[in-house]
Amino acid sequence: MRTYPHLKGSFRAGLVALALATACPATVQAAGTLVVGMTAGNIPVTTGNPDQGFEGYRFVGYNLYDSLALWDLSKSDKPSDILPGLATGWQIDPANPNRWIVKLRPGVKYHDGCAFSADDVVWNFQFRMDQKSPNFFAQQFAYTRSFLTNVKSVEKVDDMTVAFETNFVESLFPYSLSYVLMVSQCRLKALNGDWAAYAMQPSGTGPYKFDKMVPNQRLELVPNTDYWNKDRIPKQDRLVLIPMPEASTRTAALLSGQVNWIEAPSPDAIPRLKSAGMKIVTNVYPHHWPYMLNHKRGPFTDLRVRQAANLAINRADMVEMLGGTAMEDHAIVPPTVAYYGNPPKYAFDPVKARALLKEAGCLPCKVTFGISTSGSGQMQPLPMNELVKAQMDAAGFDVTIQTMDWNALLDVYRAGVEKFPNYDGLNFSRGLLDPVNAIIKQASKLYWAPAGPNWGHYAHPDGEILVQKIFNEFDPAKQLALLIQLHELLGREAMMIFVVHDLNPRAMSPKVQGFVQAQSWFQDLTTISVAP
Amino acid sequence: MSRYILQRILYAIPIAFGVSVVCFSLVYLAPGDPLQTVLPPDATAETIEIVKKAYGFDKPLPIQFLIWLGKVVTGDFGMSIATRRPVLDEIIMALSNTGMLAMFAIPTAFTIGFLMGLLAGCFPGKWIDRGVTGTAVFGVSLPNYWLAIVMVIIFAVELSWLPATGMGPKGSAEFSIWRWSDTQFLVLPVITLSMIPIGIISRTTRAAIAEMRNQDFVQTLRAKGLSEFAVIRHVIKNALPGVLAVMGLQFGYLLGGSILVETVFTWPGSGFLLSKAIINRDVPVLQGTILTLAIAFVMTNLIIDLLQSMIDPRIRRG
Repeated sequence: MRTYPHLKGSFRAGLVALALATACPATVQAAGTLVVGMTAGNIPVTTGNPDQGFEGYRFVGYNLYDSLALWDLSKSDKPSDILPGLATGWQIDPANPNRWIVKLRPGVKYHDGCAFSADDVVWNFQFRMDQKSPNFFAQQFAYTRSFLTNVKSVEKVDDMTVAFETNFVESLFPYSLSYVLMVSQCRLKALNGDWAAYAMQPSGTGPYKFDKMVPNQRLELVPNTDYWNKDRIPKQDRLVLIPMPEASTRTAALLSGQVNWIEAPSPDAIPRLKSAGMKIVTNVYPHHWPYMLNHKRGPFTDLRVRQAANLAINRADMVEMLGGTAMEDHAIVPPTVAYYGNPPKYAFDPVKARALLKEAGCLPCKVTFGISTSGSGQMQPLPMNELVKAQMDAAGFDVTIQTMDWNALLDVYRAGVEKFPNYDGLNFSRGLLDPVNAIIKQASKLYWAPAGPNWGHYAHPDGEILVQKIFNEFDPAKQLALLIQLHELLGREAMMIFVVHDLNPRAMSPKVQGFVQAQSWFQDLTTISVAP
Repeated sequence: MSRYILQRILYAIPIAFGVSVVCFSLVYLAPGDPLQTVLPPDATAETIEIVKKAYGFDKPLPIQFLIWLGKVVTGDFGMSIATRRPVLDEIIMALSNTGMLAMFAIPTAFTIGFLMGLLAGCFPGKWIDRGVTGTAVFGVSLPNYWLAIVMVIIFAVELSWLPATGMGPKGSAEFSIWRWSDTQFLVLPVITLSMIPIGIISRTTRAAIAEMRNQDFVQTLRAKGLSEFAVIRHVIKNALPGVLAVMGLQFGYLLGGSILVETVFTWPGSGFLLSKAIINRDVPVLQGTILTLAIAFVMTNLIIDLLQSMIDPRIRRG
């Protein structure tokens, strides 16, 4: 993890602090209160799985609730992986590879005092999956559906054991268990099944309890001192979450002392924040900013054109433009991920790129990319796309950029290339949390859009075989070897134009202590204390 | 008079209906799915269909509009797609927060703007006129989001005199205008919001006063030996209907909130609510807010028309 501790104990910073303490007492936070300026446009929903992308999980979902499997966020030097959460373990049924037996953690209680049991697990999956369930909640159905496509049924074995039946054999199934947050059946029953009322009185098993919310403005959580994992009882007195979608507003709020933590400061604000003594932390995490390519028709069906596009990108320039808040991307996942392997490195080589285009008979090579003006994980899409266009044009491409808003891009992405054949590529950032979402869904026909997220309908015979082998391989070492093969194949195939991985910058007051930035979209806030 | 009022209220009904049709259509003309806040990026076609059905978006658009309209006339604006809270609650909260800004911005803008215009109109061509006109042009031309950011940098970040964003240390729920710790959050947004109306009102007032001062009746008043103060009083009364019309429009503008100003200051008002609804395609919130603001605008204009007709009976007769 790279950190930028407050640079100099400058006289100016001292003056600012003094002025804040005297002239503006209302904006100074009490000791032990962590006040976060989120990029979200609103407070993430509190009714279970949140909205607002993974930021919603980071600040609300995994704080109020737990899932059966939880992400290990305790280390910054290696990628996060799943650990037992509300489950103590899981194993495949020796008699049936489509059945997973999950043992539950005893002695866990919801914030409302009700005990957590197998009945809760079955109910939690039912109200998200079964439209006939009396508590069926369309919002939660939508938020969790893509994680549950392989869940056929859930049944109670005994009070502390459940069994999941899957539609097809999937050795990586336990990752799915990390995305479903366990809501209190007890609390919803007490509120007569009213989900709107539940949103204002949510109850989970997580390390934080709901304290109060001013809709659209702020959510306040307090430590759950009875949390089952004693190592993760929050060290701060209170966690306040404030939506601040404007980057300049977040920066001003941090500099003026209204918040002591902000997400995603814009790169050009970082020098100013550092000069004011703020800490800037970054770390690699499973994110990438690529162009998904049209593999059905057009220039990118030719491997040489895809390779040329990757060779045309000067990633170092891009990183410099982003003020060092990104790292070069040469394959799908970042190099710290266990199954990275040894994919080719697409070093900047415009001469070779032009030669490949000539060989492919596509010079100048006209291509059209769909991009958005903003959006979840899209970083700084306009200047970044302009730079990519300039670099590719210089190497023999003739890039046309079609700009749209985030909603329109989502429509194009979900529908796939069959409905939008006019696009040769789509600039769409992706979360790469687990192997299924990171590479498997991009490598197989099973997930061709609109049935899945493989927008460009990529497929390769070797890839299909590898996917089947991975799903049927339960030995971790052998499974890892297969995943490496698949990742290397996708890299060799240049299935996307790889550009950069975001480094997830966040800025915080020097008073914020004890934060370990995990290599994840999620972060553990329980370790943080705020000095008075 | 009562017939005139009734007539104007009846005019307001088709206007409100027209606005609701236009805003409903515009929301659907824009690309993107109204359920995008609910749907994950990799939602499959099957998921989209099930969710559309659950939220009632599977029906033809005219039917959706009629269902919405039917509920609206009974006071039910539906539920927000994003938050699942009643839209009416969201609108009431946002409007009351914007109202808080307007409560301070309106008297500030109207008083300063009118006085500046009056002074300039009374001394046309003099240094005071040039000064006021220059200031008014500056106020009108200044992009208010830019002004907002600059003021935040100066007064919140550099000087630490005022807070940068939000609505008090505990949000709007515990906001009190009697506590400085809360009211200090009003200062920068109110100044920013007032700048454009100050410019517009002062220019309108200046033009109206200057024009009236050249009318024949002013010469007559002077010839009758009235003091300059008494003459100005008559001039103001005759200039007022035009100024009031502009003030009415500015009142509506301030009441509707400013998307840009409220976004920069994270002020949870109607402008901020609208911007979030637009970004998230939260159709029920968008429709409800636009309709409410449109009705507020129509009602404001109605009140201004009535005030004008009270001041100048010729308008009523016309």
